[in-house]
Amino acid sequence: MSKDEDLPSVRLTEQPAREPFDFAKWWDRVGILMVLVALVILMSVIAPNFNRVDNLLNIARSISVNAILAAGLTFVILTGGIDLSVGSIVAVSGVVAVVAAIGGWPAPAAILAGMAVGAACGLVNGALTAYLALAPFIVTLGTMTFLRGLAYTITEGQPIVSSDLNFRDVGNGYLSGVPIPVLVMLVVYLVAWFILERTRYGRHVYAVGGNAQAARLAGVRVNRVTTSVYVIAGICAGLAGVIFAARVISAQPTAGTGYELDAIAAVVLGGTSLAGGRGRIVGTLIGSVILGVLGTGLILLNVPFFTQLLIKGAVIILAVAIDSLKQRPFLFRAAAKARGADSPKT
Amino acid sequence: MADMADQPLLRLEGVTKRFGATLALNGVHFDLRSGEVHALMGENGAGKSTLMKILAGNVQRDAGTILIDGREIDVRSPRDARTHGIAIIHQELNTVPAMTVAENLALGHEPRTRLGVLDRRRMVAEARAKLARINAGIDPNRPLGSLSVGMQQMVEIARAVSEDARVLVLDEPTAALSRAEAQQLYRIIGQMRSAGVGLIYISHRMEEVWQLADRVTVFRDGTYVGTGAMGDISPSDVVRMMVGRPIADLYRHAPRQPGEVVLDVSGLAGDGAGPVDFTVRAGEVVCMAGLIGSGRTEVGRLLFGADRRSTGRVLVDSRESRPADPSAAIAQGMGMVPEDRKDQALFLDHSVEDNIALSSLDRFVTAGVVRSGQVRTAVTRQMQRLHLRLNALGLPVRALSGGNQQKAALARWLLRDSRVLILDEPTRGVDIGAKREIYELIDELARAGKAVLVISSDLPEAIGISDRLLVMRAGRIVHEMDSADATEEEVMFHATGTAPADGAQENGARH
Repeated sequence: MSKDEDLPSVRLTEQPAREPFDFAKWWDRVGILMVLVALVILMSVIAPNFNRVDNLLNIARSISVNAILAAGLTFVILTGGIDLSVGSIVAVSGVVAVVAAIGGWPAPAAILAGMAVGAACGLVNGALTAYLALAPFIVTLGTMTFLRGLAYTITEGQPIVSSDLNFRDVGNGYLSGVPIPVLVMLVVYLVAWFILERTRYGRHVYAVGGNAQAARLAGVRVNRVTTSVYVIAGICAGLAGVIFAARVISAQPTAGTGYELDAIAAVVLGGTSLAGGRGRIVGTLIGSVILGVLGTGLILLNVPFFTQLLIKGAVIILAVAIDSLKQRPFLFRAAAKARGADSPKT
Repeated sequence: MADMADQPLLRLEGVTKRFGATLALNGVHFDLRSGEVHALMGENGAGKSTLMKILAGNVQRDAGTILIDGREIDVRSPRDARTHGIAIIHQELNTVPAMTVAENLALGHEPRTRLGVLDRRRMVAEARAKLARINAGIDPNRPLGSLSVGMQQMVEIARAVSEDARVLVLDEPTAALSRAEAQQLYRIIGQMRSAGVGLIYISHRMEEVWQLADRVTVFRDGTYVGTGAMGDISPSDVVRMMVGRPIADLYRHAPRQPGEVVLDVSGLAGDGAGPVDFTVRAGEVVCMAGLIGSGRTEVGRLLFGADRRSTGRVLVDSRESRPADPSAAIAQGMGMVPEDRKDQALFLDHSVEDNIALSSLDRFVTAGVVRSGQVRTAVTRQMQRLHLRLNALGLPVRALSGGNQQKAALARWLLRDSRVLILDEPTRGVDIGAKREIYELIDELARAGKAVLVISSDLPEAIGISDRLLVMRAGRIVHEMDSADATEEEVMFHATGTAPADGAQENGARH
């Protein structure tokens, strides 16, 4: 084989040196998962009936709508944008799907109609943000209000109940014992993970959020990417709206009120930076689950609703604070590592 | 002559400032008498702006003394600077555009009525008086943002005068002014001089400096070169003082034989530049020289589709190129490393691998999936070529030194194998070792048949690494020359618009 002298130099360049423990890196990889595990253990111990299978499936089903919203929102937030209108899209798409179903459309068509409405809303958000360079906060604040108004207008302010809704299984059915909304949620996350991690488009989403100007000069079509992430968020919201409508077997003009904030909380809990460019879709899923576990656990513990809000708010702030503190090199030795990485080549 | 006391108004001795590994100022001195205009000149990076920041209290010196009227002072903050009567008129103005002129002038010490309410009437009256002192006919009730840059500058000067500034620093004040506005500024400078104010005037424009200044001091690479009275010194002396360093082996390369024309530009114009005509051949390095703001970066961006062109034709390998945006230009074989790598080229929090691979991902996609193994192999190859440590692959670009960051920005286009490369200030803020490697890489690229267009403010570099030079001034190419015969003085003369003085050619012969 090769001479002894050759080996060390080859090793040195190709094998990264063992790095000292780095809290920031560790937290990025598994931190939020640890929080979830700790929370589940805690709840299993103190909350009666928490870890029964039917309860866990209930939790999974109850988080599915928020988790699907958060999946779409992750794309938007990764580009450094925000979408406040997803809660209102839930209402409009649910209304449209129910109206279509009542009007005689077959279930798949009614579901697609709901998602298409979501996509269209997203297209408006995205095009205004990208091509007119309007602040997404303002654009989606506007569409949030507009679409809520639209939902009220279509329904004339009253819920439209349809007890024989043809796509009710999307919200209430089971497949091999697993609630269908949970399966849909898992498929959504699988697709989102694939897009973000395995496709060129996914890299472009991160690039736009990391530095839009540099992305453009590197050949990324920034406006198209920006528009598309709102469309994705809209499609997810449309799907969430269909599931919600199926679950309550009716079109509710008030559906999804405030959901955008829960979804944003899940994304941020999952470690995605509101500044864009950093974050992972798996984190968003974990973030949604944490919020769900916390919510259900507190109910099982008979914690009063007002106190639940206090605890939820505190948890969100705590998680984001840890995420922000880990960026401080003097706290977690990231600076030493950064300097070490830059020593001259040998 | 004006008041010529023994004691200078302001005196700086042995001022030193270090930023990380770079010595921005190395024991420089400078003195200013009351009632004089003292020009401070030097190339970009000579240390002028660092000195101004120290005077303004924005940056703290590491060593050296500052004396006013012979008494040592300390300038720890902009407030200190104001207390000592030092006022700075920056290139970027420190004003609030949405507020009125009067509000801006009163900022921080707004007059109030006895009830503690803002006394608007007095504020406007005071503003009117302040503006009158410099004979600026500006309505104090207009929003500042509605005024031209020149007028806004007048407001800044009025503020400085009203604060009884004794030392006024003007940093490239006429860069954005019309001729008439500049004339008005000159008049105000004259008034202030007769009122005994000392003015430090930073400018690249020889003509203007000779018209205004009493003395000139030249800095080069953070060191003091010399001071002279305008009567004893000629523009060519000053140019020589600014650029006169030996061209080291740093730029040495074997002669290249450029081939067919790859980039053919005619009548290209857009915002801030043009029309320009030029060509770059395969295997040729063409350098655009000129002062900052002369339109070089704009030409690069127009070529690359980063900004919209108004007219002009660009041929790449004889095919018309009309990129609507950079992605189209990249598809046609262009690559650009922009001026500011941190803002415009890199994703600081993303890995080195992602940064390098971004523009070439389409080459590694099978059935919609990015083949990450292939990407890694290809990126690794480019990193080896550039002597980047391979264990940096997964690190955020932020963790690299300036030189290695620049190499990562270059590697993006090496991976893409772009035919035309536009490199805007490729060695700015880069240490000497990385500079040498970047020069070698540029030479290697040219030898591999690429057409390389380099934009550089570093004159020895521009001359040393290129085959041909295009000198730009005010958005146009004013001179084109063979790099082999070019001297720094000659380039500077064309860049500043000064006619070459007699004998400059012989004196400026290359070392």
